Amino acid sequence: MSALTSAEWQALLLSLHVGILSVLASLPFAIGLAWLLSRKRFPGRMLVEALMFLPLTLPPVVTGYALLVLFGRHGWIGEWLDTLGIVFAFRWTGAVLAACVMGFPLLVISIRVAFDQVDQRLERAAETLGASAWRRFFTIVLPLSSRGIIAGCVLAFARAFGEFGATITFVSSIPGETRTLSIAIYELMNMPGGEAGVARLTWVAFAIALAATLVAAGLGGSLWGRRRHD
Amino acid sequence: MIELEIGHTFADLAIDIRFRAASRWLALFGDSGAGKSTVLNAIAGLLEPERGRIVLDGQILFDRSEGISISTAARDVGYVFQDGRLFPHLDVRTNLLYGARARKRSTADMMALVDLLDLGALLERMPVNLSGGERQRVAIVRALLARPRILLLDEPLTGLHRGARRQVLDHLLALKRELPVAALIVSHQPEEVVALAEEVILLDAGQVTAQLDVASFAARQKNSAAAGQVG
Repeated sequence: MSALTSAEWQALLLSLHVGILSVLASLPFAIGLAWLLSRKRFPGRMLVEALMFLPLTLPPVVTGYALLVLFGRHGWIGEWLDTLGIVFAFRWTGAVLAACVMGFPLLVISIRVAFDQVDQRLERAAETLGASAWRRFFTIVLPLSSRGIIAGCVLAFARAFGEFGATITFVSSIPGETRTLSIAIYELMNMPGGEAGVARLTWVAFAIALAATLVAAGLGGSLWGRRRHD
Repeated sequence: MIELEIGHTFADLAIDIRFRAASRWLALFGDSGAGKSTVLNAIAGLLEPERGRIVLDGQILFDRSEGISISTAARDVGYVFQDGRLFPHLDVRTNLLYGARARKRSTADMMALVDLLDLGALLERMPVNLSGGERQRVAIVRALLARPRILLLDEPLTGLHRGARRQVLDHLLALKRELPVAALIVSHQPEEVVALAEEVILLDAGQVTAQLDVASFAARQKNSAAAGQVG
């Protein structure tokens, strides 16, 4: 199998870029929402959960269209952001936004389950030792949830890395800007003689997905698994 | 000095406990379900009673009618839970320093306490690798290093095998001898109470049934044991 062409490299690097940035950008919000859902009872909680799950249940094209309506240059929010110089439509930043939205439910679900599994009696013990709510969160809850957080990041990265429907609807396919790996594969499939490129990118996608999963499994397992048996 | 009057209704128990005690090492004695742990939780702020008032050394920690309830983190009490509740992801040293760091207290005498409770060899260990007695000793020093005004000990020897019980008891006696700290011990074992406390509050079904100095408590226990043998 021959090496990747420069256009294929561009698509691959863009997908990695979008995948990593989308996870980093959505992680603080996902941690905050997961904590609220795990620890607090508040009015409208079910509605928040339902809205959060929407990207999982809606057809990705519909999510992409909704993003266009909201964040397009003439969209409800996009028009206002445009005056601040922030543009999502047909930009790589839009691909990141689409990836954030599509990966967000997976990130929140994993982190919330991890928070639910933290023994709250340990938090009470920390409280009796004088720890503030923030200190308890950063020293007890977050470290004890690290495996779930990492698992969530990997799932969200994988979702973002392979994102197609919402991305192509929202930001189209602009080489070097929004043509991610999945979009590049799709376009190569529709191009005469594109089979070799499809095969190359498919193998790359397969290898990256497998590597990410293995790294996450190894890292997550060792975070306190290794220290426990010192 | 502790003044406490609390009322709280659980599904299976109505609590109405009042006492006032000035002894440095005080014990709450009674069977399980008597309300002993409820008292500790109320003092620590882990439970907000439906009625009542708690005053520790002149400071109101809780007063339902005045709407006062100081947060757990700010109550300056050291709670040693029955199961130790060490943080499983932190080694013994970091567990020990947790409260001192949270309250920004000096840790200069950490090694003196570590030596007093014989924890020197355990500092780098993870909690999962400690025995029950070791865990309990770490929990005691962890609570002490946060410089509490009172140490709340919830059945500190329960669940330990005979050797470990003796060891932890000896360490608690050393603490009582060497440090000026006050303690409130919850126990259902008369011998622990006699060994550790100066004054005893007897609880039964959510009520105080007696308040005795430890000599009277010991005599009463002896008499009831003798009566039991005769009967």
